[in-house]
Amino acid sequence: MSGPAGSQAAYYRGIPTVRYDLVKEFVVAMVVSGIVIVLLAGALSSPDVPPLTIQAWAQAAPVDFVTTATAELAGTSDSALYGPPYTDGSDSVQSIGIFDPQQWLGNSIHLDPPQDFVLGPLTYASVGNAALTSALSQYDAADGTSQQAWLSAYTDGLGTATAQDGQITVAAGDYGPVPVLMTSLLAEANSGGLDGLLLTNGQFFATDYTKPLLFMGDGQYLTDLAAAQHLTGDQWGVMNETGQYPGQTWLWAFSMLYQLPPYNSDPNADLLVVLTMAVLTALLVLVPFIPILRDIPRWVPVHRLIWRDYYRWRRSRSSPGSD
Amino acid sequence: MTSQTDPPEPATQKAETGSNWTAAIRRAVEHRLPWDNLLPDRQPFFVGSWVYVFGVVAITSLVWVIGSGVVLAFFGPSWWHVSGIGRFVNSIHFWSVQLLFVFAVLHLWGQYFMASWRDGRATTWVVGVVIFLAALVTGFTGYIAQQNLDAQWIAVNAKDAINATGAGAFFNPLDFGQIYGIHVMLLPIGVTVLVVLHVLQVRMRGVVKPIEPDAPKPGDAATPSSAT
Amino acid sequence: MDASATYLQVGFILISVPNALVIVGMIVLLIAAVLAPFPGHHRVQDDDDQPD
Repeated sequence: MSGPAGSQAAYYRGIPTVRYDLVKEFVVAMVVSGIVIVLLAGALSSPDVPPLTIQAWAQAAPVDFVTTATAELAGTSDSALYGPPYTDGSDSVQSIGIFDPQQWLGNSIHLDPPQDFVLGPLTYASVGNAALTSALSQYDAADGTSQQAWLSAYTDGLGTATAQDGQITVAAGDYGPVPVLMTSLLAEANSGGLDGLLLTNGQFFATDYTKPLLFMGDGQYLTDLAAAQHLTGDQWGVMNETGQYPGQTWLWAFSMLYQLPPYNSDPNADLLVVLTMAVLTALLVLVPFIPILRDIPRWVPVHRLIWRDYYRWRRSRSSPGSD
Repeated sequence: MTSQTDPPEPATQKAETGSNWTAAIRRAVEHRLPWDNLLPDRQPFFVGSWVYVFGVVAITSLVWVIGSGVVLAFFGPSWWHVSGIGRFVNSIHFWSVQLLFVFAVLHLWGQYFMASWRDGRATTWVVGVVIFLAALVTGFTGYIAQQNLDAQWIAVNAKDAINATGAGAFFNPLDFGQIYGIHVMLLPIGVTVLVVLHVLQVRMRGVVKPIEPDAPKPGDAATPSSAT
Repeated sequence: MDASATYLQVGFILISVPNALVIVGMIVLLIAAVLAPFPGHHRVQDDDDQPD
């Protein structure tokens, strides 16, 4: 016997069987899908827009770079104020009532934006550079009030700053050592050195890009590049891809929620979206057990088309005079 | 599932193997998955629609995904950016993933319209949806592991949703090493194991019978079984 | 293929042409799979066989 065996034989009792070659079907599907994939790959290639480097950012948008670096030093950047898992801030902490998992799991990465993004890399670069060494000493020796006054004034000055040949020009003001620090950091970034220094972790190997990515994310330039490719959240960017390629279309529901009220205006949008998706996913998993959801296929007659041969056979068996 | 009645065995054999775990597993597998169920060359005649092919194409797409992924993993994450052959292999990886998701979703739609969870097949549906979720996370980690602008932005943009749930404390999309390891090792193994389990579940019980127009609804426990 | 894609806006829905093509393709495939006759599928009358 080669048909259904054991309990299956009982399940299918009375239903005719036909020859069916599962292995052949698999092999044919393997070949046909392979041909389709190779044709698509050969004809359309795949998306690969080169990554942004700190160097490219500093060269293309030096004012944005320095403005971001100044905010990192002042401790006022998005990352500095973020909260867990990067810092002890609270600006990006989301919660619903007492449900506050982001705080519960805490600050595991312990980012220190002034040190990690500005002062640490400048200290490496200050060897043999008297002006920078002196500026760093002056900044270190100053009290917090002076530091913040310099940084605040410099940030205002950056609002009207101009850039030329990788240098920025800021109107004169009482900035203390900040201009020396920032022009040094800009030069370090322009040379490509900062890309490496942001990965320095006290070990030889580096595979963790948390620092350079957070630094870039705090600026405007990366967001502008993403927006030009329709990748930001309010552009349904979750399901989009660079260039003319399809993206993660399977994330359509996740992407859609971000466009709809209340999600599109709630400060806890991410947590609300994730929780909503968790509920919808649970419904999908439990479809076989949920009345209405499990009954819809009975009401929608698609199955009558799929199994039309079966229903015709069934009618032909019961119609001649039996009913 | 344990309520199914095994065919009675000779008393001597039962006495020999009654407390033997190995023999118990062998008997259970032999009963539920005899070769005729695992590799049948006949099917009930209603198994005759292209809708039944969606699942097979999803699996063959997965084979192409894994095959191209093995090549990409072998040569390392930066290879395909600088090699023409590497770019082609990456393109195969990219398009086979697209095909995998297209046919996995078509399979899900098809099985939904056929209500394939009936007659004791609910766990097959549940495992199928779990495979979809695991594939989704695999796709997400793959996009972050690309090492290009897309990967940078997806990591920076997605971190907020992950952090909001608290998962950012141990799953950091900005840590390439962590994401790459998960993408090329843990998730492919997980998806493959689940797909094998899913196929065995289908072969164990066979495809579900067509919906009977006059059959009792699953909730109507009191309805007699022979409605005609 | 690295040039920016065209985007379609319908109310609050914003979708790239490539993504729309994938979704339309899926719907077409589903309809075709449901309606198209399955090749090599013998009519029951031709190959009737009762499992025993």
